[in-house]
Amino acid sequence: MQKIYLKLFTALLVLNLTGCGYNKFQSLDEESKASWSEVLNQYQRRADLVPNLVNVVKGYASHEKEVLTEVANARAKVGSIQVTPEVLNDPEAFAKFQAVQGEMTSALSRLLAVAENYPNLKADQGFRDLQAQLEGTENRITVARNRYIETIKGYNVAVRSFPENLTAMMFGYKTKPSFTVENEKVISKPPTVEFGDK
Amino acid sequence: MFVNLKASLLALCAMLVMASSTAHAELVSVPPLKNRVTDLTQTLTPEQQSQLEAKLTTFEQQKGSQIAVLIVPSTQPEDIAQFAIRVVDTWKLGRAKQDDGLLILIAKNDRKMRIEVGYGLEGAIPDLTAKRIISEIMAPSFKKGDYYGGINNAIDVLIGLVSGEQLPAPAAKTGGAQGFEKMLPILIFGGLILGGLLRAMFGNFFGGTLTGGAIGILAWILGGGLLLAILFGIIAFFITLTGVSGLSQLGGLGGGGFGGGRSGGSDPFSGGGGGFGGGGASGDW
Repeated sequence: MQKIYLKLFTALLVLNLTGCGYNKFQSLDEESKASWSEVLNQYQRRADLVPNLVNVVKGYASHEKEVLTEVANARAKVGSIQVTPEVLNDPEAFAKFQAVQGEMTSALSRLLAVAENYPNLKADQGFRDLQAQLEGTENRITVARNRYIETIKGYNVAVRSFPENLTAMMFGYKTKPSFTVENEKVISKPPTVEFGDK
Repeated sequence: MFVNLKASLLALCAMLVMASSTAHAELVSVPPLKNRVTDLTQTLTPEQQSQLEAKLTTFEQQKGSQIAVLIVPSTQPEDIAQFAIRVVDTWKLGRAKQDDGLLILIAKNDRKMRIEVGYGLEGAIPDLTAKRIISEIMAPSFKKGDYYGGINNAIDVLIGLVSGEQLPAPAAKTGGAQGFEKMLPILIFGGLILGGLLRAMFGNFFGGTLTGGAIGILAWILGGGLLLAILFGIIAFFITLTGVSGLSQLGGLGGGGFGGGRSGGSDPFSGGGGGFGGGGASGDW
């Protein structure tokens, strides 16, 4: 008889956990981690393309030192950042990650803009291949970022709405940072053209 | 005074409505998925459409992966890549676990096209290859106004690429399992009816044995596997032995209803639940 009570009690407990959203947090948390990994994955893919791209451009436009060093610096910064899953729970680290990747984006777009001035470079099959790959990767990054934003939205809404917020408080689930557009705009502002004489 | 107020209110309302409607009208809506080839611009003739359709259907039956073609007038104000990902997120081309879907999207008035590649095919069709198909096969034909030729040749190349990929075969395995699953209700209801009849004729034990044997053999023939067949036979035996006579009448009803449902129904095209991650390439002509 006691065994039945025990079973009932466990069943109730489990139901209770589901009711207060504990299980929901588990799945949402995992989901957000997975979509974050996808974002990292795609950014990594871009970073891997950069050295080849720089080399090809150097072959035709080695005197465009400014842009080339800019890209190289951005690449070094991206490489130096330690990306751990904890970045997700640390808004500051997240903002830094976003800023560094944003610099990379703008440096790359400047590089491609410069490449427009070199017909031979533009006609180079290797450069065109890299450009196609870069384009595809940028698109994947956009998709991955959008999916991350969506997942985080679901997670954050759960963390902040009643009664799940009580569970979140109890188990220490905090809202997670998401990508912002304003930040991105400042960083990827088109380069100002200077006609200064040197 | 009143008229003035009314007029200004009306104007305000009109402005609000306009504002909200422009906000809504901004994005091109994703058309519903009914066929493999969806042409919203009447660029392809019906024969050309059905030819492409037939080719893609045969390919899906052979290989299991889904290819769809969509021609829209424009994707403005969205970029073609953004529109494409919205389309594939809605359509879910390809099988759920293989993610082997492909979308060929053409925005005719924008003079842009895109090949969107499912996760599972990113190895078979890397971005580079997709880009080359666009710039070397589709763009030259499109420039000449030969849309059908460009699409058809691109599909041929894509089919060739996907065929080289190791994907689980669709027809033999999944088709067989599905066939058995489809037969399951018939087996159960048929068993109940047969059991009722045989029990009335031969009595509890012999009726049960006969029904069990018959159902077991039937399950085996239908491709359920030997173990499953024996299990079914035993279940049928016990059900008949204990005599759930009330259920057998119910079974008759259900069987009739099921048969009716099965006979109607052609094969409308729908996505298999495949995922996309933004792979592929865009181009213009």
